Amino acid sequence: MISILRKPLSTSVQQRSMSAKMLGIAMIVAGAVLLLGSSGCARHQKKAQQQAPQGTAFGAAIVEVSGGKQVTASGTALSQPIVVQVNDEQGTAVPGAAVSFRGAHDVSFDPPSGVTDSSGQFTTTVTLGESAGRYQISAVTTTKANKQVELKLDEIALGYQQVVGQRLNEQYCDRCHNQESSAEKVSNYDNLEVKPHAFVDGETLNKMSDADLTAIIGHGGPALNKSAQMPPYGYTLSKSEIQALIAYIREISDPPYRTPGTVYAKN
Amino acid sequence: MALKQKIGNVCHAFFGDSVRAFGVVSIVFLLLLAIAPAKNYFSEWRHYQKGYVKLIRTRSDAVTLQRHFTPGLQQIWIPDLAVVDRCTSCHSGLKEASLSDVGTQPFAKHPVIPHTLDQFGCVVCHRGQGAATTVSEAHRSTLAWEQPILPTRYVQSSCGECHRDRLTGTPQLNQGRKLISGYGCVHCHTVKQPDGGVMTPSDDPPSLKRIATKTTREWIYAWLKDPQGYSSLATMPNFKLSDDDLRDISAFLIAQSELPGKSDAPQVTPASMQDATTQQAAASLYGQSFCASCHAVQNAAGNMVGGDMGPELTKVGSKVKPDWLAQWLRNPLAYDPDTRMPHYRFSEKEIALLTGFLGAKTDSDLLANVHLEPATQEQIAHGKTLVGDYGCASCHEINGIKRPENFAPELTRIGSKPVSQLLFLTGMNKELPDYIYNKVKQPRAFAPGLKMPQYTFTPAQLDAITTALLAQNDRAFSMPTTLRVAAAPPSHYSPAGKAGQLMNDLRCFSCHSINGRGGDMAPDLTWEGTSVQRQWLVDFLKNPNTLRPALIRRMPKFNLSDSEITLLTDYMMTVYQTPSFDREWQPYAAPTPTLVEQGRQLFYSKYSCQSCHIVDTKKDKGYIGPTLSQVGGRLTAAWIYHWLKDPQSLRPGTIEPNQHISNEDAGALTAFLMSQKGGASQKSAVASAAKTRTAAGAGGQK
Repeated sequence: MISILRKPLSTSVQQRSMSAKMLGIAMIVAGAVLLLGSSGCARHQKKAQQQAPQGTAFGAAIVEVSGGKQVTASGTALSQPIVVQVNDEQGTAVPGAAVSFRGAHDVSFDPPSGVTDSSGQFTTTVTLGESAGRYQISAVTTTKANKQVELKLDEIALGYQQVVGQRLNEQYCDRCHNQESSAEKVSNYDNLEVKPHAFVDGETLNKMSDADLTAIIGHGGPALNKSAQMPPYGYTLSKSEIQALIAYIREISDPPYRTPGTVYAKN
Repeated sequence: MALKQKIGNVCHAFFGDSVRAFGVVSIVFLLLLAIAPAKNYFSEWRHYQKGYVKLIRTRSDAVTLQRHFTPGLQQIWIPDLAVVDRCTSCHSGLKEASLSDVGTQPFAKHPVIPHTLDQFGCVVCHRGQGAATTVSEAHRSTLAWEQPILPTRYVQSSCGECHRDRLTGTPQLNQGRKLISGYGCVHCHTVKQPDGGVMTPSDDPPSLKRIATKTTREWIYAWLKDPQGYSSLATMPNFKLSDDDLRDISAFLIAQSELPGKSDAPQVTPASMQDATTQQAAASLYGQSFCASCHAVQNAAGNMVGGDMGPELTKVGSKVKPDWLAQWLRNPLAYDPDTRMPHYRFSEKEIALLTGFLGAKTDSDLLANVHLEPATQEQIAHGKTLVGDYGCASCHEINGIKRPENFAPELTRIGSKPVSQLLFLTGMNKELPDYIYNKVKQPRAFAPGLKMPQYTFTPAQLDAITTALLAQNDRAFSMPTTLRVAAAPPSHYSPAGKAGQLMNDLRCFSCHSINGRGGDMAPDLTWEGTSVQRQWLVDFLKNPNTLRPALIRRMPKFNLSDSEITLLTDYMMTVYQTPSFDREWQPYAAPTPTLVEQGRQLFYSKYSCQSCHIVDTKKDKGYIGPTLSQVGGRLTAAWIYHWLKDPQSLRPGTIEPNQHISNEDAGALTAFLMSQKGGASQKSAVASAAKTRTAAGAGGQK
């Protein structure tokens, strides 16, 4: 009896180890099926949402009218809407052409698609995504040959630190570093013998390290053998404020600033 | 039959005898047992942790990142704040500065903020369910847990749970709070603060007790019908009243008003604007009085030109009665003791000029379609009921109607209102922030007959208001009191005596700030007595001119009498002194030419002060700081010296940086600046700056 009993038991042990493996595989398969199913579903839903209104006319190119390179806090709407225009081969505006906008998954457009108005333009309000950084937004229109032409626009979302930097820039730096002049805020740029660099001037500022920028903000132009017309702000701004300012300058830089990789000391 | 046999065979194969049955049941049992560990093994957070490990393996600093990473369920536990956050189980890279270029969640680095994760955890700022370990439970509201993640566009509201002060990094929250006060939301809604305070309105809705002396029933009708139609800058909301209701309310408001009493004031005949010379004289008086510092007028190009402290004056001639306007210009405080408009000391001729000038600013379309029959008693009575129903008296003083208490729902904890208690519009995202946003945007859309009027907020303003309201939540009230950062206490400073009365009459505090009270349009005068020389102040009050070349707004000329000027100057020179140093300290007031020359060198080379200031009006062009060509006759040597040493200590927030100037350099610069007593060239600098200003302003303001 015992011997009889033992045999099936041993098989059942084998079966158990096998079944655990089988179960694992089965679960993986089931999981994969579920995952695929749900993502497929989501994709399907998105498609349904983005069902663009059919245009009655077709253009050959899509160009920016306004709204590119704006800066806003992350998760908030750009202060100016994006306006694009669809042109034909001769460069004249095409009314009634279908335009749709695309961006990273959490960028939203109001409206996301539509047709151009009588002046061949289409306007949308954009709310940038949750994380700070650069967002590429593309506006797409379809040509007569059913080819898609795309316009890419860069928008910038600021995190908390960069928002602080933006405010400090407005308070202390903008009057000289920004060439734009308005009646409310007259720029001092034209009055300076040595012209200050605009903060978006990536060609120049990207070459300067964070330490360089900290030095020049903290100790003034002479710290880097530059003009004394840049006064020192190191006794006025705190360390974290200077860091915030640099974070802002890096974020809005054009071309974009790349963080240098980790540098190891050479032996 | 075959099927039955098959099933029978299978049954026999598995459960044929007790041994087989036992074996099969154990397998099933073991399978069931394996479900729990399998569920754990395939949990979402493990999936994300695997993804994170895969991600950091490719990075240049993989070793460091791997050392920082701890596998397994993570938790931040802060008993004081009731925080049990497991968010870091999936969001593994939050603290890794080197992941700043990673944009995909949940691996992105947290943006730099002044607080750390270990101090506050995640849900204090982001809401959501900290204890949850799956994405959907943590981020979205479920049956058991109702708190969804707060969209980032409103995340500044969480700063407002503790911070009542104005933070540099939360412009949206600050703007929201300013709007709630400035648009008078808190006239009707009570908004209590965790520290026991109550939000107070900062607008000043006019009293309607004497409205019949000021304007006509027709204008009230047109205004109530569409306030923004009269002035696009109007903060008064649109109550969307029917024509009959407008007729009755306007009838009641005129009927309740006190009538103009017999005044001893001389009758004013408004100057006719037909004559070009008179019109020019009036326009230049309007300009010289700097009315545009506070009042906007729409110019021919459609741009608003002027400030927003007072009402827009584009169509004022269609609004006010000439007699009232003359009386108002003579002394605004007689009609409204709380107005921000100063009591100009205009001559009768000037009053006639300005009355004519402003009276000509009419809009013929405004009242063209308003034809009202004389009001009946029933209409007036009905108007009174409507005025009570709409809570007009919450904002405006009205004869015969008491200010209603708690007219609208209290908003003290609106940011924690459960979604189940809210009524959503169809097609609306069913979350609290969306509810608040849309309720403020179009209050009447939520149900017929609601009383809240229609405001004209921009989307950015709506976001700001929503942010500020979301900060009014349960957590704000349950936070440990040690974490609360109070707002700057409101200052109730009021200057004493006769000089105080005069300063009140001139409404100095509308623009200037003293001891923490007042506006920010003009310089802070808290230490004016230490800073300026007496004679300069006397001359300035007699004939104010701008000190800054690139400034539009300027101090008006009040036509003060000599005795008034003496009174004001004496008071300011005596009372408004800094305790930090003595204004009479002046070793550099009469310096040697060598020291002056040394100062000049420092001014132009080492410190490059000419970048922002003008000393030589022919050569220098700095537009940021005040012109210094006459500074030796304006400021005291003690002030200049101490200002150079540390400007921020004398005027916090000034753009001039502290340059750690040595005592010797500061002395030489003081000597040089004190030698600048000015000359004839002052005017040309201001003129050339004005030109630049016009050029810059050509694109139009606002």
